[in-house]
Amino acid sequence: MQPFTTLRAIAAPYFEADIDTDKIIPHRYLRKPLSAGYRNFLFYNERFTPEGTVKPDFVLHRPPYDRAQVLVAGRNFGGGSTREGAVYALADFGFRALIAPSFGDIFHANCLQNGVLPVVLPDAVIAGLAKHLVEQPGAEVTIDLPGQEVTMPDGSRHRFELDPVRKDQLLRGLDDIGITLTDAGLIEAFEAQYHRRLHWLGNGRT
Amino acid sequence: MAAPTPRTMYEKIWDEHAVRTRGENEALLYVDYNVVHEGPFYAFDGLIQEGRAVRRPAQTIAFSDHYVPTVQRERGLDGIVDPEARSMVEQLAKNAATTGITHYGMDHPQQGIMHVVAAELGLVQPGMVVTGSDSHIATNGAFGAFGFGVGASQVKHILATQTVWLKKARTMQVVVDGTLGPGVSAKDVVLAIIEHLSIGGGVGHVIEYTGTVIRALSMEGRMTLCNMTIEGGARAGMIAPDEITVAYLKGREYAPDAAAWADAVAYWRSIATDAGATYDRHAAVDGSRIEPMVTWGTAQDEATGIGGTVPDPESLSDPARRVRARRALDYMKLVPGQSIRDIAIDRVFIGSCTNARLEDLREAARVAEGRKVVVPSVIVPGSQTVKRAAEAEGLDQVFLAAGFEWRSPGCSMCTGSNGDRVPAGERCASTSNRNFEGRQGRGSLTHLVSPAMAAAAAISGRLADVRDFL
Repeated sequence: MQPFTTLRAIAAPYFEADIDTDKIIPHRYLRKPLSAGYRNFLFYNERFTPEGTVKPDFVLHRPPYDRAQVLVAGRNFGGGSTREGAVYALADFGFRALIAPSFGDIFHANCLQNGVLPVVLPDAVIAGLAKHLVEQPGAEVTIDLPGQEVTMPDGSRHRFELDPVRKDQLLRGLDDIGITLTDAGLIEAFEAQYHRRLHWLGNGRT
Repeated sequence: MAAPTPRTMYEKIWDEHAVRTRGENEALLYVDYNVVHEGPFYAFDGLIQEGRAVRRPAQTIAFSDHYVPTVQRERGLDGIVDPEARSMVEQLAKNAATTGITHYGMDHPQQGIMHVVAAELGLVQPGMVVTGSDSHIATNGAFGAFGFGVGASQVKHILATQTVWLKKARTMQVVVDGTLGPGVSAKDVVLAIIEHLSIGGGVGHVIEYTGTVIRALSMEGRMTLCNMTIEGGARAGMIAPDEITVAYLKGREYAPDAAAWADAVAYWRSIATDAGATYDRHAAVDGSRIEPMVTWGTAQDEATGIGGTVPDPESLSDPARRVRARRALDYMKLVPGQSIRDIAIDRVFIGSCTNARLEDLREAARVAEGRKVVVPSVIVPGSQTVKRAAEAEGLDQVFLAAGFEWRSPGCSMCTGSNGDRVPAGERCASTSNRNFEGRQGRGSLTHLVSPAMAAAAAISGRLADVRDFL
């Protein structure tokens, strides 16, 4: 996982509420190997006609938004399915951080597993940012993960919250398995007492 | 000695499974069962790349459901026309065989949709933590288990460690009191709840359903309700175990045997929320006032009773829902004020992990019996077990006589991943769980309804009130 520290980048506005994971990546692309590249599956139905022609008006096709590394979205971004392909597609497009008033719970967890930083800020702050980004294409935001602060194009600063453990993992680019397995002994001990106590589980098949 | 603090069912299950904690409110939870479909092949690929083994193969179960065809099943893998879909089914079979995971594959006599089959097997029991590669793992909350979906990276973590890191959710109690009217089902209850909460209303929460309506629901109905809890943004929905739960589990393949039964049942009962326990949030819906529901938009909270009209987006108080509704009406080709019952449909789908159990098919058959469908209408039973049971009761003959197609189990037209899709521009009355833009196929227009309402629509060629058919 690529570590995340501080990012200064162009932000693209996609300020609509409840963008679900089916919209982020339609199910028919989830059978593709990662080696195929997921960049072009991102928001596929928004970006391409049924015949596969580019819809040039879509925000991510309009320079300089096509180089954005930060997506500014509406509330409940990424609700719906568990598909991690939604995050793979965003990351493959180049997004390293997402700013929204709230995220779907599963999607939020999937972002953290892939080094994509989900930043939660108040709705009104994001509405102002989105408006600015529409009016000033190419405006940049700075996301300072160590300081937990976003600097807007107008220079205003906004603190965001993130669980300290998750923050540390993003900063160091560590995934969970290695960390968890340092506690293998704890898991073994837990497991032994759990199965002894709930001895009926799996009818002997566990 | 001070009395222990009363806890909710969710808190008890959390405490029972927390191996350790870290950070503000995260715990490493021990997973009783992990269930996977063809989707998270990335997880198996990752394990191989990292040289890791599956820690407890007996505690992960694999199901082929998303990519299996619903026709020509006798042809086996050769019946899968699309090479990519076929490869998904083959990869899961291979990964299961390599890792020693039990696999309910395409040809298995108990194959079916993971959430339908897991219940039939008695795999899921009160007090368990159940995870898997699908948001509708929430279905398992019907048993008083904590079931939640995770992405492929976390599936990989669970395969390697039999645990998952999770942030503790806030708790919400949703009370549904009263009595359901004729023709009103668990599907209508959950659509009414989501309409009330909004699709993001449950984010960060785990819901426990209580009230007289919930207690009166069968296990099938409870599964429908908990299944769609995720559509309101909550990670999981749960119902405390009772006599109905215990009776359902008795004698099932993975259920405790006679020697352990009393111990197990005592444990299950101990899992229910204590008197005096508190929830972070409360909501209530009057069950007696719920009508048969229909979605008119592209989110599950865009729903109304069958007697209603398509609302004017400008009349909605929440600005975000207003913007969303405008776009939804444009996509759905509907106009404000239009009567829901005037909406003509092009096809009907009865199936999915939400509504493809035996009780669902019985409800649909009650409406279909002696009548004829006027639009292409497909029934996809949730599992081979459901299919056989329905055939033993003669339901297949009722459906075939009415002009329905009677297919083989899988996720089918709910996700369209096996190629069963709604053509662009066509309007489908569907018993599935997601009416998102393009969910049933690009340009598809979905109206979510109960199985009985779907049958009424199939016979009418438009959205119809099931109560006119009872």
